[in-house]
Amino acid sequence: MTFDREYFNLGVLDILSCKDTCIHRLDPRTKVIATLLFIIAVVSFPKYEIMGLLPFFLFPVLVFSLGDIPVWLILKKVLLVSSFAAFIGIFNPVFDTAPMVTVSGVAISGGWVSFLSIVLRFFLTMTSVLLLIATTSFPGICHALRRLGMPELFTSQLLFLYRYIFVLLEEAMRMVRARNMRSFRGKGQGARVFVSLVGTLFLRTMDRAERIYQAMLSRGFTGTMRFVRTYRFRATDFALLTVVAAVLYLFRVCDIVGTIGRQTERIF
Amino acid sequence: MTMHMADALLSPAVGTTMWAGTVGTIAYCSRKLQGNIDEKMIPVMGVSGAFLFAAQMINFTIPGTGSSGHLGGGMLLAVLLGPYAALLVMGSILTIQALFFADGGLLALGSNIWNLAVYPCFIAYPLIYRPLTRNDGSPARITIASVTSVVAGLQLGALSVVLQTVLSGRSELPFGTFLLMMLPIHLAIGLVEGIVTAGVINYVKAARPEILESVDQSRPLSAGVRVRNIALVFLGFAIVTGGMLSWFASANPDGLEWSIEKILGKPELGRQDGGMASALKSVQEKTAILPEYDFRKSEGAAEGAGDGKGEQTWPVAAPGRSASGIIGSFIVLAAVLCVGFVLRALRRKTEGGR
Repeated sequence: MTFDREYFNLGVLDILSCKDTCIHRLDPRTKVIATLLFIIAVVSFPKYEIMGLLPFFLFPVLVFSLGDIPVWLILKKVLLVSSFAAFIGIFNPVFDTAPMVTVSGVAISGGWVSFLSIVLRFFLTMTSVLLLIATTSFPGICHALRRLGMPELFTSQLLFLYRYIFVLLEEAMRMVRARNMRSFRGKGQGARVFVSLVGTLFLRTMDRAERIYQAMLSRGFTGTMRFVRTYRFRATDFALLTVVAAVLYLFRVCDIVGTIGRQTERIF
Repeated sequence: MTMHMADALLSPAVGTTMWAGTVGTIAYCSRKLQGNIDEKMIPVMGVSGAFLFAAQMINFTIPGTGSSGHLGGGMLLAVLLGPYAALLVMGSILTIQALFFADGGLLALGSNIWNLAVYPCFIAYPLIYRPLTRNDGSPARITIASVTSVVAGLQLGALSVVLQTVLSGRSELPFGTFLLMMLPIHLAIGLVEGIVTAGVINYVKAARPEILESVDQSRPLSAGVRVRNIALVFLGFAIVTGGMLSWFASANPDGLEWSIEKILGKPELGRQDGGMASALKSVQEKTAILPEYDFRKSEGAAEGAGDGKGEQTWPVAAPGRSASGIIGSFIVLAAVLCVGFVLRALRRKTEGGR
């Protein structure tokens, strides 16, 4: 059943984001901007690039170890994610069959090279997003989005959505369990029951929103969401962001893998 | 959800352009709502987002096929909350999916909000659903309207996914083949989703008509607003595509030539001397963000002059250099892993010492 998995997924990343390491202590804005820069640098390589992507693995490795994030947990999520990218990428070897590289006598077509490149990009970008949320709490990211200029209405209801996902998931889980227990030989699993299930869930949701609003009003809600924890963009954040940008630029522009390989060959 | 665009398939130009379009739309909707509504809308929108998130998890069996379907919900929200609120809520749901489930990724989030939220809320809803149900809100009418509008929204989204992928130039799938793959699948998904959407709307309308009426009243999409609204969407669309193409031209002429070749099926177009190609090239030379790009490329082409694809290939492709490339790759990966293990060991040690 997908419910338990989704519920677990949300919960486990939320718990990880409560840790207190040097990565977790950074301003959320620093992490959001750094992740975006990283993704853009990775994605900007031309489609046959493989070697240039390898040095970029340094960034997730650093975050994994400095942020004390369990590697297998994140890797499992990346590998299990239903991937549109891999599905589309697997067509590359079909359409691009011109041989491109020869590795010890075996010719490899351009399609396989570009497919491998897509897989590496997929791995790097997905890992970076999951690491972002595992080291920055969701409220932290909302805070960052607000301070980076997203409209307040959007970030406020984003926070709300996150807060009530767990409540609504539990409610829907109970309704689905009730449906499954009352349906025999597949009867009652069809669209008709589904429609009244979702309709009822929506009506309950509206009632809940009304109650929540009344409760907020009686506690002095004026239309803005307040954050208990305040973040400050410190000099370390600025320095770190500069270093990250510089290293990303270096990795993007220099042929590091090729240089190391040639130097090693020269030595032996 | 097969339609989520992914970072790995996007080029930076396409990704950032779609982000610009999406952020613009979010800002527009927020301003629009802030003027019109009371702060009660914040909890309503937030909890509705959580509702749709939960509803997406509920499966139902599709009669006659044995397979199971679930709700996408863009159109449903547009009808229940009005298009402006629906866009923000859909954007939030996609944000949470991108962050927690790695559905698509951060750069692709802009494209995903555009494909899955902007089309249903600002094209299908005002242009198809509203006109069809304006004078006659009978269940049959609502069913027809929601099936057509959901199908139209999904087809536009699928088309948009194909265009973004082809313009990014990371996939080899030809435009036509890709389109033939995507559109029929999403036609089938759209039909099922349209019927289910109509069912839920009719259910809510029968149980609590005032919810739908209040949407009609509080956000009047009457003549004046609607025309301006749609004009704005199309203007935004024009700017986005224009910006996308011009940015492309300056940052990645290869990609543009490649995609035009794929779309029009005319390889000559990209190779013409003079005209657009050379103009684009000179623009690119003047505005190149990474001058080393060309340096590396020519170096690679020179060393790899022996192989068949010398013009297009990268250093990785030159046969003479593949051995050193593989050695270098192993060394870099080993070094990266060592950094990780050393840091981890150090952390254990300091924690143990405390």
